[in-house]
Amino acid sequence: MKLFKYLAIIFLIINISLANAENINLQNKITKNLRCLICQGQSIYDSDTEFANSLKLVVKQKLENGKSEDEIYSFFQEKYGEWILYDPKFNKNTYFLWLLPVLMFIIGGAIIFKLFIIKKK
Amino acid sequence: MKIKFYPAFLILIFFIIFLIFYKGLQNPNTYTPSVEIKKNIPEFKVKKFKNEKILNSKDIFLDNKFYLFNIWASWCVPCREEHKYLMKFKKDKNIEIIGLNYKDSDENANEFLNELKNPYDIILSDLDGTIAIEWGAYGVPETFLIHDKKIIKKIIGPINEYSFIEIEEIIK
Repeated sequence: MKLFKYLAIIFLIINISLANAENINLQNKITKNLRCLICQGQSIYDSDTEFANSLKLVVKQKLENGKSEDEIYSFFQEKYGEWILYDPKFNKNTYFLWLLPVLMFIIGGAIIFKLFIIKKK
Repeated sequence: MKIKFYPAFLILIFFIIFLIFYKGLQNPNTYTPSVEIKKNIPEFKVKKFKNEKILNSKDIFLDNKFYLFNIWASWCVPCREEHKYLMKFKKDKNIEIIGLNYKDSDENANEFLNELKNPYDIILSDLDGTIAIEWGAYGVPETFLIHDKKIIKKIIGPINEYSFIEIEEIIK
């Protein structure tokens, strides 16, 4: 019975630290995708300015309050605009950015196909 | 006819890409935050300065009234520069000045106010900087002009002669 109790405690501790580690990983992932607006070229994760430190704290608080990754991105986007996200969302301002590589791939593929494959036949 | 189609098509594509990049060259690559906004003020709970009382943002900002929400700190040099304008606003009965003391110690903030006088009607305390983030602020000093619970103007950096006159015109 005693052994069982000890095992249960160990299991609980491992579980808590795992959950904690997961939260920290997610927090790091989010802060790496946020641009530090006053120290350009750096993410919030990399920066140690007052602004970045406060932002890290806000991300941590939001995660603790059970907010999802997307909700946190939307929050910052609403406050600071699209620019704060390193990975911009798909919308009317960014559709060209997202579709251009696909478009070029298709057009390039079509040219190669026409020039080489059909010619060979 | 077939031979001529491909070069023309390729040139057109390269021309379009060139045009996009050329236009992109003219865009400024530094971040310029927007200052003309009509956003609702954020909702938050905040500790009063030198006081353990917790205030709700709903009880601070009332309808049909102008407020100047000023983020300041004793360690911020430009805050000293804009202080004289805040003192001028204090004389104006049309506007109430709310201060947010940003990442500061009560002792230093007190010294700052004793030295330069207190222009604020209410002072709130933001020890970890999270309230400033709720407002979408970048640092200190930063000032928001609020009317009907909406932010109608945002000044990033210290208030100067130009922005002082501009605010005076709005609240007249």
